[in-house]
Amino acid sequence: MNWVALRMLTGDKAKYIGIVFGVSFAALLMAQQSAIFCGLMRNTTSQIQDLEGADIWVMDKSVQFVDDIKPMSENRLLRVRGVEGVAWAVKLYKSVGRAKLADGTFQQVILLGLDYDNKDSQGRVVGQPRPERIIAGNWDDLEQPDAVFLDEFGWRYLFGDTPYEPGRSLEINNKRANIVGMVKCKPTFQTFPILYTKYSQAIQYNPPEPKTLSFILVKAQDGVPHEQVCDNIAKQTGMKAQTNDQFFWTTIQYYMERTGIPINFGITVFLGFVVGCAIAGQTFYLFTLENLKQFGSLKAMGVSNSRIIGMVMLQALVVGLIGYGLGVGGAAGFGLFFETFVKSTPPAFYFGWQILVISAVAVAVIITLSAAMSLKKVLFLEAGVVFR
Amino acid sequence: MSSVQEVATRPIRNPKSEIRNEKSVSLKNVTKAFGVGDAKTFALRDVTLDLPYGELVLLVGQSGCGKTTLISIVAGLLDPTAGEVEVLGQNLTKMGGSRKVRFRGDNIGFIFQQYNLIPSLNAVENACVPLLIAGWNRKKALEKAGHLLEKVGLGNRMKSYANQLSGGQQQRVAIARALVHEPKLLVCDEPTAALDAASGRTVMGLIREVAVQPDRAVIVVTHDSRVYDFGDRIVSMNDGGIEKIETDRAQFQH
Ligand SMILES: Nc1ncnc2c1ncn2[C@@H]1O[C@H](COP(=O)(O)OP(=O)(O)OP(=O)(O)O)[C@@H](O)[C@H]1O
Ligand SMILES: [Mg+2]
Repeated sequence: MNWVALRMLTGDKAKYIGIVFGVSFAALLMAQQSAIFCGLMRNTTSQIQDLEGADIWVMDKSVQFVDDIKPMSENRLLRVRGVEGVAWAVKLYKSVGRAKLADGTFQQVILLGLDYDNKDSQGRVVGQPRPERIIAGNWDDLEQPDAVFLDEFGWRYLFGDTPYEPGRSLEINNKRANIVGMVKCKPTFQTFPILYTKYSQAIQYNPPEPKTLSFILVKAQDGVPHEQVCDNIAKQTGMKAQTNDQFFWTTIQYYMERTGIPINFGITVFLGFVVGCAIAGQTFYLFTLENLKQFGSLKAMGVSNSRIIGMVMLQALVVGLIGYGLGVGGAAGFGLFFETFVKSTPPAFYFGWQILVISAVAVAVIITLSAAMSLKKVLFLEAGVVFR
Repeated sequence: MSSVQEVATRPIRNPKSEIRNEKSVSLKNVTKAFGVGDAKTFALRDVTLDLPYGELVLLVGQSGCGKTTLISIVAGLLDPTAGEVEVLGQNLTKMGGSRKVRFRGDNIGFIFQQYNLIPSLNAVENACVPLLIAGWNRKKALEKAGHLLEKVGLGNRMKSYANQLSGGQQQRVAIARALVHEPKLLVCDEPTAALDAASGRTVMGLIREVAVQPDRAVIVVTHDSRVYDFGDRIVSMNDGGIEKIETDRAQFQH
């Protein structure tokens, strides 16, 4: 009888395609919008992900997210170093500067100043990109005067399609910045170009301020839980200390609570769900209505109600799986397409397993509702209807 | 546990002969009411009726007199409001819902006015459905359905879909479907009502020729006096009751 159920389903091509279309549309819209939403949210934390090497971010206690800079005085570094459980601590400068391009236009840039006073035994600094992220240039050149590394998207942002070439420079607040190399960075939320430089140089790019320290990056001693070190730092210094993971989520939470992004994406996802339900449910229902006589005859001929449920659920499952596959596949294809072919903007597309699961659940709900509506009609079908 | 000897001396129980009885259908004081209160209508009033095996019984009467209600009760599709219903030796009034579904699947063939073929299945696939319901594998079921289609003269239209067949041809597919699982009872509600006179006679002729067998009862509801001559017995109904029963074929000729 499963075979009969499938033949009934695929026999009516127009309806079959309609149902599959409804489900795929819903899955596509939900998966794609969720992926963009997650991508955007992740992009707000790109610097937390990119500045590797430390375990803990320490900041002014009023800081709410990674771009919320509350400068501190440099002597805080010493206080943090004195806290129990801290293996080492280095400083990080982060600010937004105003770069003047060769054509005279201005552009905001993110300045990252790494702590060159504190190199490790191999001469590396905390936050230094791993070698595979260096696309052009030699990282050691950063120690030359006025040297900066620019990120890949930033290059495109500032210089368009011109391929990387050494010797370009910018002016930031009337100070020269020679681009000596290009580095791969995670796409950012604001999409500003990112400049890596030495801490001592980065602070020169902005008007002198009494306080310059943005963050302190801390390594916990081996074997001491990071959360405990954070606790110690908070208690002893009154500053805010969070593990990389905590700071990641604190930042995302800020954007979730303080911007309309989740609501707007939520509405779109919800609409996808509703429209999917409507198209798939409606078509499935019509399909069942049209086959009511056939279902009634089958019931008369000895097909039990549980068998009918099985048949309708099988039909629903098939359209659900196909629709889900097409929808989610389409969303993934969309993401891939943008990442591959649209180079001008940093991608905001994160296609995590959670999105696959959530879309699957939503599709399951859609087809279950559709099937339930239809089943109600079939199961309570008056037996006598077959003779009318 | 029974010994081998005991088993050997027991009469062989053939499930088909087990439900065999002189009467294929026996209704005692069957009443069927629809609705409640003021809206209550009696479709059947105190109907007592016995039908034999091996005959083609025509159930006739004015529109609304209760013919469909009667065969629905006989076929186990409706429960009577009062009275006893015995079909093929089984008391349907006492039979539980799921057993009744099995009973229908095993023992009853249906032919509908509107054929009710599944549009996305071809003729032979439609005809094999009762065997699939009974759990046959598809290959064997299709094979048997093919033989039945040949019997109803559609050996050359096996792969045709309902929308490629005339009404008469569709009803012939429905006849093959109704008989493919060799039911003991065949119920047909107005099988010729949607057909022209010639096709109607072909269909009735086929029912007479292929369906009527000594161990099978065939009940055909009809309005159509043009096909009365195919019946062995005519049961006339009026306003929910049995008016008369004629068995003299000579009188049927209109
Ligand atoms: N489900 C139902 N609910 C209410 N009344 C019903 C129902 N089914 C049948 N009836 C009533 O019972 C009576 C008998 O109906 P039935 O369908 O058995 O007549 P019939 O002899 O088959 O008529 P026709 O020749 O028009 O098919 C009618 O008055 C009809 O209105
Ligand atoms: Mg009727």
